[in-house]
Amino acid sequence: MPLLKAEGLVRRYESRQGLFGRIAHIRALDGVSLELRKGETLGLVGESGCGKSTTGRLVLGLEPADEGHVVFGGAPMPGPTTPEWRRLRARMQMIHQDPLGALDRRLPIGAQVEEPLVIHRRGDAAARAGRVAALLEEVGLDAGHAARYPHELSGGQRQRAVIARALATGPELIVADEPISALDVSIQAQVMNVLAEAQARHGLALLFVSHDLRVVRQVSHRVAVMYLGRIVEEGEPDAVLREPAHFYTRALVSAIPHPSRRDAKRIVLKGDPPSPAARPAGCAFHPRCAAAVALCAREVPELKPRADGRKVACHLAHGDAMPVRKAA
Amino acid sequence: MSTALAALPATTRKPRATVPPMVAFALCWIAAMLAVAATVQWIAPYSYTALDLRARLHPPVFMGGDWRHILGTDELGRDVLARLLYSIRLSLLIAFGATLIGAALGTLLGFLAAHLRGLVEQVVLALADFQASMPFLILALSVLAFFGTSLTLLICLLGLHGWERYARISRGLAISAGAQGYAAAVRQLGASPWRVYGRHVLPNIASTLIVSMTLAFPEIILLESGLSFLGLGVQPPETSLGNMVGYAREYLTRAPWILLSPAMVIVMTTLSVSMLGDWLRDKLDPTLR
Repeated sequence: MPLLKAEGLVRRYESRQGLFGRIAHIRALDGVSLELRKGETLGLVGESGCGKSTTGRLVLGLEPADEGHVVFGGAPMPGPTTPEWRRLRARMQMIHQDPLGALDRRLPIGAQVEEPLVIHRRGDAAARAGRVAALLEEVGLDAGHAARYPHELSGGQRQRAVIARALATGPELIVADEPISALDVSIQAQVMNVLAEAQARHGLALLFVSHDLRVVRQVSHRVAVMYLGRIVEEGEPDAVLREPAHFYTRALVSAIPHPSRRDAKRIVLKGDPPSPAARPAGCAFHPRCAAAVALCAREVPELKPRADGRKVACHLAHGDAMPVRKAA
Repeated sequence: MSTALAALPATTRKPRATVPPMVAFALCWIAAMLAVAATVQWIAPYSYTALDLRARLHPPVFMGGDWRHILGTDELGRDVLARLLYSIRLSLLIAFGATLIGAALGTLLGFLAAHLRGLVEQVVLALADFQASMPFLILALSVLAFFGTSLTLLICLLGLHGWERYARISRGLAISAGAQGYAAAVRQLGASPWRVYGRHVLPNIASTLIVSMTLAFPEIILLESGLSFLGLGVQPPETSLGNMVGYAREYLTRAPWILLSPAMVIVMTTLSVSMLGDWLRDKLDPTLR
């Protein structure tokens, strides 16, 4: 049984155009389903605004889903800020993109790493102090950092502190929302390793949200590609990146800088991603897809498994229609 | 936790900065004022109502008077020093009380608005707008005229002064902290609203609120003076600093000393509070240490 199961998640936001304009409904998430087993890492990739972070917040129950439901550990997700929801926080944690923003600048690091233990009443003061020291050591900080304030640490050290705080109560699920994209390239790998080691050691389920395909490939057991609030492709990271099935994934993969390849092979997508408020009919990607046929504009492709187990939401990839011309 | 912190090498702690002389002076002044307020019935040379009709408008020592009335006497022969000391007690009680009431009420309403949003927020904001657009003196006059003047009512009424500033500040800062930053992170850890607001949001916005309080403190002293002068604040024979200044205005040319000493106390106290607030704000912020 999977630890986390999300089915048909829909999240709508309302936005008003102008002072008296009509209200537009934006479907930030449009039927996202995913499963995560204990000890497994699912990488969630896509361009900004595609709903990756919203998915992360919804599976944690930080926001209610407008449709669909989340099941965690066999029980449905309680509503936000209810006592059951608060108790559940000890079992699921989030790592934010901006570690300086996620830390209280008035409290020393040690007190903040200890905080989840205090909130969830784990142990007495002495036991908690020992646990904090162990946690700091686990993420590669030394005991001296406990008395420091967030502004006295470097970006990488802050993110380590945030990871230590997230690990404090021994959670089963961690959602990491772009945990390294605010960091210097030179320390991204270190922080990534800290996260990967903690995941392996504690058997965590990790939902890794990122726009960096290479990092996702490095840490994930499975990868899901999102476009405009939907998952368009899901499978083994190596297979997906070597032989992408969806045309959007192909464009994403070809955008990975490669030293030995000429730029001529890159697929450059035309135009901007459409607004979720004005979703194209049929496959949301068809206006930008080089291989789109008439069917693509008419029918929404379903996310369904191919023979090799890869899930793709594309008429052409499933052979429901023949491409007019070969994509680059 | 505290034992673990204490055991750490001292290198992580910076040497304690010395208190700047102006702040030291402000601290001493406020301490002296508080000491006076606490012990006035024992240190005042006379009762504040005691008349000495043969020594009316008697000048103070430094203006050619004698030591019986160090700061001189007023038009009824009441000792200015005694009245000044009693005035300090009443004015400090009103100013501190009203400032604290205003800050507590405003911050509470601001947090409620930020936490509950929706209708509660609309009501709080509407009230704040109403308060800001209404000349406070008119509101105070009408309330005091209808309900009569009592010290408790006066303090509570002056406490209403400026609450909308605290409410707006705390609401805005709490919302911004809750949307993205540390407050959202702590809520996500499973913290109760009490913990989020009490332990994280309040200490983080305290510096802004303290500055706002140091601005409100002199305003309240002046407001109290104005109300007393109009006859709706502190009622004679009770006396406050504003009250003394108000009644001494008529004798400004003949007996300026009656007005001089309370005016000086007002200036020194408000200045001290401002300096202390400024220093406290820097002191409370670990990033500025």
